[in-house]
Amino acid sequence: MKTKSHIRFKLNGEETEVAFSPHKTLLEVLREDLNLTGTKHGCELGECGTCTVLVDGRSILSCLMLGLEADGREVKTIEGMAVGAELHPLQQTFADTGAAQCGYCSPGFLLVAEELLKKNANPSRAEIQVALSGNLCRCTGYIKIYEAVELAAAKMRGEEMELPKEAVFGLD
Amino acid sequence: MDPKGKNNHKLNVVGKPFRKVDARAKCVGQTKFADDIVLPRMLYCKILRSHLPHALIKRIDLTKALALPGVFAIITGKDLPIPYGILPVSQDEHALCIDKVRFVGDPVAAVAAIDEDVAFDAMNLIEVEYEPLNTISSIEEAVMIDDPRIHEYGDGGNVHKKVSLEFGNVQEGFAEADLVREDLFFYEGNTHLPMEQHAAVAHYDSDKKITLWSSTQTPHYVHRALAKVLEMPASHIRVIATPNGGGFGGKSDPFNHEVAVCKLAMITGRPVKVTLTREEVFYCHRGRHPVLMKIKTGVKKDGAITAMAFQSFLDGGAYGSYGVASTFYTGALQTVTYDVPRYKFQGLRAFTNKPPCGPKRGHGTPQPRYALEVHLDKIAEQLNLDPVEIRQRHLVAPNTVTANYLRIGSMGLGKCIDKVVEGSDWKNKFSGWNGSTRKLPFGKGIGIACSSYICGAGLPIYWNNMPQSGVQLRLDRQGGVCVMCGSIDIGQGSDSILAYIVAEVLGIDPFDIRVVTADTDLTPVDLGSYSSRVTLMTGNAAIQAAERARELLAMATAEKLGVPIENISFAERRVFDVENPEVGLTFAEAVVLAESKYGTIGTVGSYTPPRSPGNYKGSGVGPSPAYSYSAAVAEVDVDPDTGIVVVERIWIAHDIGKSINPMLVMGQVEGSVYMGLGEILMEEMTYRTNRNVVHKFPSMLEYKSPTTMEMCDVKTYLIEDPDPNGPYGAKEVGQGPLLPVPPAVANAVYNAVGVRIDEVPITPEKVLKSLREKARGRDSRYGPDSIPSVEWPEPLRILTPAEGGDGKELPRVAVHS
Repeated sequence: MKTKSHIRFKLNGEETEVAFSPHKTLLEVLREDLNLTGTKHGCELGECGTCTVLVDGRSILSCLMLGLEADGREVKTIEGMAVGAELHPLQQTFADTGAAQCGYCSPGFLLVAEELLKKNANPSRAEIQVALSGNLCRCTGYIKIYEAVELAAAKMRGEEMELPKEAVFGLD
Repeated sequence: MDPKGKNNHKLNVVGKPFRKVDARAKCVGQTKFADDIVLPRMLYCKILRSHLPHALIKRIDLTKALALPGVFAIITGKDLPIPYGILPVSQDEHALCIDKVRFVGDPVAAVAAIDEDVAFDAMNLIEVEYEPLNTISSIEEAVMIDDPRIHEYGDGGNVHKKVSLEFGNVQEGFAEADLVREDLFFYEGNTHLPMEQHAAVAHYDSDKKITLWSSTQTPHYVHRALAKVLEMPASHIRVIATPNGGGFGGKSDPFNHEVAVCKLAMITGRPVKVTLTREEVFYCHRGRHPVLMKIKTGVKKDGAITAMAFQSFLDGGAYGSYGVASTFYTGALQTVTYDVPRYKFQGLRAFTNKPPCGPKRGHGTPQPRYALEVHLDKIAEQLNLDPVEIRQRHLVAPNTVTANYLRIGSMGLGKCIDKVVEGSDWKNKFSGWNGSTRKLPFGKGIGIACSSYICGAGLPIYWNNMPQSGVQLRLDRQGGVCVMCGSIDIGQGSDSILAYIVAEVLGIDPFDIRVVTADTDLTPVDLGSYSSRVTLMTGNAAIQAAERARELLAMATAEKLGVPIENISFAERRVFDVENPEVGLTFAEAVVLAESKYGTIGTVGSYTPPRSPGNYKGSGVGPSPAYSYSAAVAEVDVDPDTGIVVVERIWIAHDIGKSINPMLVMGQVEGSVYMGLGEILMEEMTYRTNRNVVHKFPSMLEYKSPTTMEMCDVKTYLIEDPDPNGPYGAKEVGQGPLLPVPPAVANAVYNAVGVRIDEVPITPEKVLKSLREKARGRDSRYGPDSIPSVEWPEPLRILTPAEGGDGKELPRVAVHS
């Protein structure tokens, strides 16, 4: 008797087939059956935002979605954010500004931020706060994350921008 | 004395905002955290935990569970009979409980199965017969009720530890005072809540050696504990700490799940992984102790302190953990900010049937700091002094020794206060204590607090004369450098600090350096990522190792170039003559020369903290090579109709000594403010009582922590006053800036609406209750009104340095009863 279900979907731009026990969440399928461990888990109850991936361009909590539901859809994980060896501007700015401290929540934040910048190329600080409010970070106090999103947004708009001096060295 | 590493040359790496050496890997999903490790034939472990808070284990029946297909092994307490614990004085934990469970979540059995689902099903088939015992659910109960006893050791009944120390004659000090004030405070416990749940993988090889990968902040202590519990030579055990997905102190103990997977791997001959659920992480805990405090201070009219007496009562939970150290820490650092000429400390830690408390960011010091800073605010009001003045006027002087024998080096608190006062426009916002001259509207308020924290502990956890940090360097003849150190990066950037410092000394780029850390087989011992010790200790060890390598390269290059060795400089991947910078070699060529002359180039460096001037029993907690300082001003908006406190902005200045990387320092300050904000406004570990001591909400949804919507604006100032003991003058930043935040907010709430909330967290319910009492003209203070009656031991008496003391306790006078 077969115990596994089989789906076909587009994962990080590639047609992918995978078989797994049907009760598994998308989070488990990605991590355990496809070895994409970049997607993290913080609660597996939909409370922390850590396991966020993009499904058909929308951010979802992969711990609350069954793997079976991904059949025929497009899924993007942190491993699919860079284009070839070129990091996504958000990945660059998260690394450059110290927005990733322990880095465990970073994949989730990065994908939510990518979704935000697709919809809104020039978000205000308040709009960034609302967009990221479903993701918990215990290291940064979120501030370096806001700065990284703002910096990446400016880069993606083709603008020259650097972090304000007080963000890097403190106020005088 | 100049800070170590200051070579009178322009700094090329130190002080610059380089990205972290591991940052990109974390942003592309390549960093391997413990649960990301998958080995062939790996089994999965689940741990059965007690659902009762206190009970005897009468019988465990594994028959049904073992019969389940896919189950490979199940172990119970009798398989791991040797106790362990982080402190030598409290070896009171077993990997799996043998005859008794002490809290809801205490581990009873561990299953290894083909997958997590089977392990889970097997766990549910294990039959455990318990005989429930009465529970101890509070400090008060622990002090009053001796039977049942949670542990068969300690200072009597359910008291784990009692300490009593007196430096100078406190009564004499109170007699000299113009005002003696006494206040009670309670600081509720809270937890680290790292985003990564603890995980570990054990692999037992054909040579009967074990390797453990674990999300631990202290691989060295895990290594020691495994050798003891598994009864194996430590040389056959390898512990690799994986990058921690957040630690904050919560991954600093050796844990039962780490021991269990090793044992299961040894039994089954297959790799075994365990990943805790979020609920289990709440039971691991080791977080902030709930502390009830009484503080009594004598002051002159100008606010000068004549004496202070501090009592703390800690709810320790069910095991020792770091608790003895935590207890001493609640009494240690009161003296390092303002001059306290005479000081008495009495501390008590109680055992209760709750998850064990331990070290969380600030370890034992945020609770007394909150009490002290709010107490000081009340004294300022009583003396009609500005809260800034009362602090600024009586600061501890740099390069002095406190009444409790802590040696202060650099001390930048005065500058910190100046910055936040100026930045926050304090003078135009704080209107004095008389309500009729108010400058801010009712509901808006401003408050200030200061603090200090250690840069590593002066003494190691277990007694030894060896260095606390070791660094080993290997230079490749093609110009690469490998730096090896036992330290573990928990997100604070310790791997990067090693690379920056070695790059600075050798004149190369930090990204030329391979950093290998936290592997007990490959790296020299560093004690771990706790007590804010890593930058100072690994930094100094790295400077020593790099300077030794530099010396070899300089000698070989000087000979080749025919110039004096003191002319040799290192920068931009070159080794050259400072007087003729174009005359020189590439760094790689210099390595080839040196290797040709001296053989393989490998050097070591190590760091041992200076000896503490204190030499009394208990003097091990508090001494540090250096103290960091912080000052914060909080501005709040309190809604009198709902009691909701919104912290709008925090100005914080931190005396960092010298920033090795200012951007990372900023990140630590902001993260500390965030965590302090969570503690003062919402975070609490609370339990249902009435004998059924169950955690009220072991989930991330119900355990409230600040999201982007609650986080306040932060205005940060970095004060650079290099400390002679710090690498390039650097001090700590990971923990210290948390400390002033809770009291600054509490003082601002009082300024906003005129009610004192003497209990953390300041929830809307408490504010509202106080405001209603106030409206009725009653005492509006919210907080504890009594402390347990305790028979304290006669204090150890120590003469202060000012009294000519030598740091030792006075001989006890024999007391006949």
